[in-house]
Amino acid sequence: MSAGEIRVAINSDQDIVSARQKGRAMATELGFSSGDATLIATAISELARNIVSYAGKGQITLKMVNGLNRRGIAVIADDDGPGIPDIRQALRDGYSTSGSLGLGLPGVRRLMDEFEITSEPGRGTIVAVKKWRQ
Amino acid sequence: MEVPILKQGAVLIATFQAALSDADLNHLRMGLVQQVVKFRSRAVIVDVTAMDVMDSFASRTLREIAHMIRLRGAETVIVGIQPEVAFAMVQLGLTLEGVATALDLEEGLAYLNEKFKTTN
Repeated sequence: MSAGEIRVAINSDQDIVSARQKGRAMATELGFSSGDATLIATAISELARNIVSYAGKGQITLKMVNGLNRRGIAVIADDDGPGIPDIRQALRDGYSTSGSLGLGLPGVRRLMDEFEITSEPGRGTIVAVKKWRQ
Repeated sequence: MEVPILKQGAVLIATFQAALSDADLNHLRMGLVQQVVKFRSRAVIVDVTAMDVMDSFASRTLREIAHMIRLRGAETVIVGIQPEVAFAMVQLGLTLEGVATALDLEEGLAYLNEKFKTTN
């Protein structure tokens, strides 16, 4: 594990809290405003929640990223869960299969600057998001 | 983590901490409604000033708490949503529709006093 990278195992609802706290701490350390740190922490909370609700367990990786003349944070949520059969549908507001959340992915997309999702039914899901410092 | 619930006359005041897990929120939901029954409370103020993140689960739980308490014939007011948290909630698409909100505890109590006055 390189410096500036934190991995948080997500196995229970308690881990959602610790993942978002670590994310906020890292964002603050990277110089994000407190408002942006809140957006990042909220996105992490939703991504970790998806892992707990849909896959049961997985992990969240937080790392510093360098762009052209800018610095940011990357959050990668991955699991070996059932995967998402229809990603396009999952990115539509109001979609939910667990019947309770539904706003997760489109909401996370709005909170962050970059959003990438890879999912294979039966193999798992990886959601990678980035936010750049203003 | 236990959420402290303070009884102030006919009003219960629940103060949220920063790091509430889903289990804590579920626990609070039942606890609050039971206390409303036990004390015949007329209103509940949920103070979320310390909450760092209001995600989909937390806001759904708050809505459910407010609806359950309304079924008991009491009022709920959510107070202290921080500006940054409010911004994140809007970005995420979360609403607290049908739930009364106020700036802080003081405003929440003032809102309830006004409400009780007009219904009496």
